Amino acid sequence: MGSRASSLLREEDIEEIKKQTGFSHSQITRLYSRFHSLDKGENGALSREDFQRIPELAINPLGDRIINAFFPEGEDQVNFRGFMRTLAHFRPVEDNEKNKDPTSGEPLNSRTNKLFFAFQLYDLDRDDKISRDELLQVLRMMVGVNISDEQLGSIADRTIQEADTNGDMCISFSEFTKVMPGKAIDITADLQNGA
Amino acid sequence: MEGAWEIAFVLFQVWLSIVVGLIVLPAMFGVSLGFTDIYIKVLVKTLEWATLRIQRGQKEQPTLPSQSANGIIEKDDGSMEEEIGELRRSHPKNLAGGDFTMCDAFYFCKKGIENIVEDQVTQRFTSEELASWNLLTRTNNNFRYISVRLTIIWGLGVFIRYCILLPLRITLAVIGLSWLVIGTTLVGLLPSCNAKNWLSDLVHITCYRICARGLSATIRYHNKENRPKKGGICVANHTSPIDIVILANDGCYAMVGQVHGGLMGVIQRSIVRSCPHVWFERSEMKDRHAVAKRLKDHIADKTKLPILIFPEGTCINNTSVMMFKKGSFEIGGTIYPVAIKYDPQFGDAFWNSAKYNMVSYLLRMMTSWAIVCNVWYLPPMTRQDGEDAVQFANRVKSAIAHQGGLVDLSWDGGLKREKVKESFKEEQQKMYSSMIVGQQGRLMLSILI
Repeated sequence: MGSRASSLLREEDIEEIKKQTGFSHSQITRLYSRFHSLDKGENGALSREDFQRIPELAINPLGDRIINAFFPEGEDQVNFRGFMRTLAHFRPVEDNEKNKDPTSGEPLNSRTNKLFFAFQLYDLDRDDKISRDELLQVLRMMVGVNISDEQLGSIADRTIQEADTNGDMCISFSEFTKVMPGKAIDITADLQNGA
Repeated sequence: MEGAWEIAFVLFQVWLSIVVGLIVLPAMFGVSLGFTDIYIKVLVKTLEWATLRIQRGQKEQPTLPSQSANGIIEKDDGSMEEEIGELRRSHPKNLAGGDFTMCDAFYFCKKGIENIVEDQVTQRFTSEELASWNLLTRTNNNFRYISVRLTIIWGLGVFIRYCILLPLRITLAVIGLSWLVIGTTLVGLLPSCNAKNWLSDLVHITCYRICARGLSATIRYHNKENRPKKGGICVANHTSPIDIVILANDGCYAMVGQVHGGLMGVIQRSIVRSCPHVWFERSEMKDRHAVAKRLKDHIADKTKLPILIFPEGTCINNTSVMMFKKGSFEIGGTIYPVAIKYDPQFGDAFWNSAKYNMVSYLLRMMTSWAIVCNVWYLPPMTRQDGEDAVQFANRVKSAIAHQGGLVDLSWDGGLKREKVKESFKEEQQKMYSSMIVGQQGRLMLSILI
């Protein structure tokens, strides 16, 4: 009378993922079922096509950027560990975590890590700077054909002007964090504790 | 050796006469001897006991993962404007509406991650997850060994389903289908007259009743006064081919569909002899006007039976109703909506055609506990002035979803196999653009300042 999908996930793996990501046991098994159902090729890893099969994600203007965030540099497959690591950024911060031992390393869902995730949505070439070009490209993804090049250009210029403090016409991560609202971090997917 | 064959033959005859006498004949006359009712009652008691036992077991062993059928995300269901507005209000510079801010990306990011964890569409193409195990191996997702008694009951269940119920149901199905083919062919030999129609209806209904017994189907019909009438179109939500048996147990319909080969083809050819059904060749299906014309001609003739159509076009897992294709709503005539809701505790009726072919699906049906479902006949609807086919289709769809307690989705059931259209993404982009640009004039003004 064993289970099907979760029998492929061993207890040791669950414990390790729990330590790394902070998800509970039941959340991990639920997400594993989800991973398994997305994995049409049944090879233990997801490809970009597997993500694209989710219609609501496929119509998301930044869908491709979000999908890309799951894949490490130059790779085309993401396994369950990688999947969980990325999702861990969006685990809501619980009260008992705020007093945690500072030497245990920064949790994946800290404010800084969440902001860095958003930063990487814009930073296309992963060089830790958002250039005007990159900003334009991401803007173009969000607005489609509805705004002209000139208007989009002026929006990009103004955004960089507001954020850029060291005058290099690019937005670095620290400049990015300063213009981000404090509340944005909480409005991220809350994963219910598996009842 | 000879003796053994004779004994086997006699046993077989006894078996057959029991089946015919106690099941087939009462079924044909619509009489119930009460076996199915008793069976369902015992089943319900057993499953309740099993649920309690499992819950107790989970409390004792906290590492056992529990089922949560409510989804694992709490979503904010605000519109794009509302949510981006909230993000911006907490912005340090407090820009008043319009214009782009970098935190807008958070909105898309959040939606994207939510959809990766759980989305509204892909879950409709696989069987519904049960809140509590119903002692069938196939629905066993996360349940582990709990107690000896539970395992024994499960084992008993396997024996009953595979060794007692399965042969019984196969016998009934064979009897039912052969009767359909033979009966309709015989009726087809008669010249057109009232008696022929009456006999045709009789043959159809009795056969479907036998097939329903072959699935241990318990069907409850509600609001029978709204039953579809001749010259109308009956639309229903689609979960499996069994829907036809369920509906045809309480009325006679003209079927619509593609011509098939094999056993289906034999059945199709014989039933069309006794009363008019609408079968299309594959090539004809592509020509929408030809299809519409044939259906229009059929409903114009008030002596012909109401057409049965499933506008979703594909099987959905009975938790939601997906987009209705507008073709059936352009023909005119009166629409009789019907909502069908199966009770998943007794057996999962959904046909996942990607996973199972027709034969394995039918075997799965026959080895489930039973098929229990509710059928609601809704009041007839017609297209109102100023309403186009798509709006009318959506109105009917909402009515069916509301009655059956199903989620009303506008997503196309065809997404099971196809990719989503680019135009939906373009809609999202357009919505966002109007948020950051607003009117042309405003943007120009802020640059001048």
